[in-house]
This record gives sequence, structure tokens and C-alpha cells, in this order.
Amino acid sequence: MTGLAFLIPIALGLGLAGLGGFFWAMRDGQFDDLDGAANRILIDDEDEE
Amino acid sequence: MNAPLDHASLAAAPAVDSRFTVPGIKCAGCIGKIEREMARLDGVQTVRVNFSAKRVAVSHDPAIGDEALIAALAGLGFEAQPVAANPLARDDEETRRLMRATAVAGFGMMNVMLLSVSVWSGAAGATRELFHWLSALIALPVIAYAGRPFFSSAAMALRHGRTNMDVPISIGVVMATCLSLYETATGGSQAYFDGATMLLFFLLAGRALDAMMRGRTRAEIGALLSRMGRSAGIVQPDGTLRRVEAEALEPGMLMLVAAGEALAADGVVEDGTSAIDNAMLTGESVPQPVAAGSTVHAGTVNLAQPLKVRVTAAAQDTAIAEIARLMDEAGQSRSRYVRIADRASRLYAPAVHTLAALAFAGWMWAGAGWHQSLIIAIAVLIITCPCAIGLAVPAAQVVATGALMKRGLLVKDGGALERLAEVDTALFDKTGTLTLGEPQPDLSALPERAQPIALALAQHSRHPLSRGLAAALLRQGTVPASLADVEEQVGHGVSGTENGVPVALVRPPVAEATQATRVQIGKDGWTVPFADAVRPDAAQALAALGALGLQSRILSGDRIEAVAPIARDLGLFAQGSVSPQDKLAELDRLAAQGRRPLMVGDGLNDGPALAAAHASIAPGTASDISQQAADAVFVGASLMPVALAVRTARRTMRIVRQNFAFAIAYNLVAVPLALVGRVTPLIAAIAMSVSSLVVIANSLRLARAAR
Repeated sequence: MTGLAFLIPIALGLGLAGLGGFFWAMRDGQFDDLDGAANRILIDDEDEE
Repeated sequence: MNAPLDHASLAAAPAVDSRFTVPGIKCAGCIGKIEREMARLDGVQTVRVNFSAKRVAVSHDPAIGDEALIAALAGLGFEAQPVAANPLARDDEETRRLMRATAVAGFGMMNVMLLSVSVWSGAAGATRELFHWLSALIALPVIAYAGRPFFSSAAMALRHGRTNMDVPISIGVVMATCLSLYETATGGSQAYFDGATMLLFFLLAGRALDAMMRGRTRAEIGALLSRMGRSAGIVQPDGTLRRVEAEALEPGMLMLVAAGEALAADGVVEDGTSAIDNAMLTGESVPQPVAAGSTVHAGTVNLAQPLKVRVTAAAQDTAIAEIARLMDEAGQSRSRYVRIADRASRLYAPAVHTLAALAFAGWMWAGAGWHQSLIIAIAVLIITCPCAIGLAVPAAQVVATGALMKRGLLVKDGGALERLAEVDTALFDKTGTLTLGEPQPDLSALPERAQPIALALAQHSRHPLSRGLAAALLRQGTVPASLADVEEQVGHGVSGTENGVPVALVRPPVAEATQATRVQIGKDGWTVPFADAVRPDAAQALAALGALGLQSRILSGDRIEAVAPIARDLGLFAQGSVSPQDKLAELDRLAAQGRRPLMVGDGLNDGPALAAAHASIAPGTASDISQQAADAVFVGASLMPVALAVRTARRTMRIVRQNFAFAIAYNLVAVPLALVGRVTPLIAAIAMSVSSLVVIANSLRLARAAR
């Protein structure tokens, strides 16, 4: 029984973290340009430092 | 991104955001080039390319105008058009709200299910009670949040004295929740929070899918409206000029339209002569000369000289806004199956309520006790939820349109797929449909020394023949000669001088049967004839249509002599010199015979026929009006997407019918079981969800259908 006192909050916390992550991603526009994100990896950085 | 950052000035200048549609973004290189080069401009703070939407967002100093940014993009080789500040954000918000609700419901469902599994596997006493309370703690806020779309829609329907699909869902969810709370509070053995959250999750997933599909159609309408000029220079009574936003224009105002500017409102020319590019509205690529008294429309471009235009209709009353509105209404739902599903679920909802009430009354009368009777009634409500029927159509259509889009065919709405599946006759226009529609010059008559001059002259003109000539010469590797005094006279041609010798590109003196242009150098002159090439895979596509049982014919507005050679090559029966009215009459005649014609055409003269035919497809090079009228648009040089569209549409309809049959069979089995009390609310929720999943999985088979 004492195990539950830890495990249930952990399970719920992980679930909430996932949900919070999804909400953040939506607000942050992570899903706005899915094809673009796949292409950006191919762009060469040309930082002139 | 890589702009030299000056933080002090950055903080001082309030940035302005401008958005542009840039259809030419095709690869990672384009993203890199635009973001790198644009960010180097003075006053530009950030540049962000949205590859999926083919848009560029620029945050810049207010001192820089849109024109300068467009010119900068053009310098990089990208054609750009400004976009109004997201006029359709509201619809986007709707999809986002559904997505958020789906995520919350998914979270609740998984956690409640986790607790339920331990209850089923034998947790008893204090543990069970604890788990029930925990479930209630999770489920109540989740249901309150994720259930809102259903509750508000049900409340709306009830307030108007009607009932819809959301009413039984809402009642079922609320009653299951209340009963579970009662069970939890009294230490009962069963709670149905799991069933309620699961139901919400799967219903919301279906809704979100549907909203995404409609969002895509809306985006196309937004692209259409973005062609309209966003502001206009208004001549004040004292003669000064003031910039006015397109929304604030009113009939009676006097606009000064500069050369190269897009009109922001419909109007009548008061002063000035110029030429107007109507391609956006009519597909006619030859500029139309205008003078005082001519009517001009929003979205068209003034090509030559400044014009003074008296506004007759502005903002929402312009011709282009009217087209967008018609398109939006058409997209709402012409789908017969969607209507059937809607009507079925409208009849269904009262039937479901009656059935559940009867179940409750019947079991009470049989002496089962109010608790047992209520559980059975809830199970009946949930299990008969018509979501499988509601999903049967949109799920299949979303998958099919997505698969076709990857093959270069854009289907406007689900109803179009239904009508495409039913066609049995195909009528083709000739120019631009069976042929590529781009005039290809025959350069054999043009001596080599004349080619650089012809290219230099052609590059100065927007006339379609000039463009065709320039493209063909550039392909050959010709380098343009350097000319002086180049001038274009609209309707006549281009003239200039090379080392003092007058040169010109003009219309041939005699009107000939074929299209041609004449290159003149001093006293010498050569006529360059143009021809229109047949699409490379036209024969295969027509054979594929034949294999699907469609009879193909040519119905062209061109003279029969021009149509005959192509008809002979492709082995088709052809009619020439057909007026738009005749095309309509022919369609009526076919409809009277009980046939369902598919019209494939591109020109303005095909517009009425495209709208009247049972189904219609237009090539991407067609006039915008024709594209709006058509059910589907295909891009590229291949004609095969036409055959592919019909084949995929038929497969989609087969899947839709399977989905319907499955959903009905499911209800025929499940409802009697629920009525006799063999089904708990949880099993009902699982059964309902599985039935929805089966429908979605069956629809996903269409993803491979377009191959």
C-alpha cells in the first residue's frame, strides 16, 4: 500500500508532464511547419564569426 | 537569424510583421537562401520561412514597405505576394481547441484506465475505494474540459428545440459521470469514469480530423483573397494622396492605381489609359486595354500607366470576395453521404433517447431496481452513439484526398470524390487540357543572328507568345542581345534599336490560322509560328479512363480543323466550334440520357460547363475562375491524375459503403445486447471506440490506393 503513495503521484506526474509538453509545443508553434522542420536539418550553417 | 545584431537599435525600433506567400519554396536550399539573404537587409530583424504553408514571415522596421521586401525576394528569384494578417485565425483556433481537448481526454483516459485495470484485476475494499476516488479526481476536470465542445453544441441544439448527435453523447457522459460519483461516494463496486473519458477521447479525435480537413480548404480560400490589393492610394478632395487599407475603402472613393499595382477594389476607370492583367480572374493572359469608363476588378494588376479608378464595390462586396464566399459555401458540404449521415444521426438521436428511456422503464417494470435499470440505459445510450456512422465518410475522404494530393491532384471537398466516383463519360477541352496550353515556337525559320535580338525583345513583354519564345530561346542557350530604346505598345508589340538599326517583335500583318509572331530587323522579317504540344501521357491516361469504363470525347471551342489532328492522334470523337452554351446543352443532353459526365477543361469558356457537369477537373494552369468551378485541380504536365482521380474516388466510395455497412451491422448486434442488459457501460464504451477505430483503420487502406 505504501508503494502506491509514491507510484500513483509519479504516474500522474508523468502524464501531466506529457500533457504540459504537448500544450507547450502547440503554443510554441512546433506543429506549424512539420515539412520545414524536416528540411531545415539540411541547411548549412554559414555563421560568419 | 544570422543578421548582425545590434541590440540597442533592436530594442528601440518597434518591429512590424509582414507575411508573404512564396509558392516557389521547394527545398531546404530555398529556406536557407531566403532566411540568410533577407536577414542581411537593413531594418529586417527576423525572417522565418514556413515551408508547409509556403509562407515567409518578416519582422522589420516600419520604414521598409512591403514593396521593398517583395523586390528583395524577387531579387533572390522568388515571386512573392503579401498576405493580410491571418484573416482566418478563428478557424485555426477551432482546430487547436479540439486538439487541446483531445490531448486532455487522452491523458484522462489513460490514467483512469490504469486505475480501472487494477480494480478489475481484483482490488477490493479500501484500495478500490481509493482508486475510485482518484479516478473521479482525474475524470471530473477532464470531462468538464474535454466535453465542452459536445455540451455547448448539445445546449445550442436544445435551446432551438432540436436535437443532434451531441445530445445523446452529452446525456450519456453526464449520466455515467453522475452515477459513477454516486457509486464512488457510497462505496459501490462499479464506476464508469473510464467509459466516459474514453468515449470523449475517440469522439474528439474524429472531430479534430474533420476540422483539419476543412481547415485545408479554408487555407485555399485565404490564398485567393490574398491576391487582392491590401491598400490603395486615395485621391483626397484637395488633390493629395492618402494610403487607405482595403477594408476601409468605400464606394465613391477615387483610387490612384500605379503601374504594377494590384487593385484593392472593384471600380470604373475615370481617367487614364492602360492595360489590365486579368489572368487571375479570367485566365486570359492577353492584357486587356482599359480607358475611361472601363470596369476593373479587385485582384487584377494594372500593367502600363497609372489609372484613376472610382470605387464601385469594396472589401466584402468585390467580385473576388464573392467567389471566395461561394467557394466556402460549396466546401461546407455538398456531400450526399455526409448529408445522409447527418440526417440519419438527426433521426437517430431521438430514437436513441427513446430506446434508452424504454430500456430504463422496461427494466424498472421487470423489477430490476433503479440502479441496474439506469446502468443498462446508460449502456444503451453509449453503445448506440452514432460515431462510427459519423466517421464513416470523413475518415475515408480525408485519407483519399491526402493520398491524391501527394500525386498532384487537389480535391476540393469530399462531395467531389463522390461525384467523381459516379462519372461514366469524360469530356475534354483541347487547349491547355489535352495539350500543355503553352505555345511552343518553331524556331527553324529564324536565322541564328536574329535569335539574340528576338530573345531580348521577348524578355521585355508579358505577352504569352513572347514568354513562350523567350523560354524556348533560353532553353537553347541563346544570350540576349543588348538593345536600346526598348518600348512595349500594348496590343502591337515590342520595338527597340540595336546599334541604330530598328528592331521589333510584332503581330504578323495578315491574320493567320495559327498563332505566330514576326521578328523584324531593319527591313528583314521572319515569321515564327507557334504550336501547342499534346501532354506526354495523354494516350495512356485516356486508355486508363477507358479501362475504368469511361467514354472520352473532345468538346472544344476551337475550329474543327484545329481539333481534328489531335482527335485523330488520340483516337477520340471530337466536336469543334462549341460555344459555352453548346457545352452546357451537351451536358444537359447527356444528363437527360442518364449519363454522368466528367468535364475536364481549363478556359474561361469552360467555366459554366465545369460548374454544371456532374464532376469536373481543371489543370493547375487554368484560370482561377475555372479552378474554383472545378471539383479538383491537377498540377504538372501529366494527364494521368485525371484517371487516378476517378479510380481513387471509386475506391473511396467502396470504403465508405463498407464503413456504413459495418457501422449498421455493429448497431444491429450491439443494441439488442445492451437492451437485454448484457453490456456494462465500460464494455459499451470499448465497443463503440473499437467500432470507430475499425472504421478509421479501414479508411487508412486508401493511403495506398492512389499508387
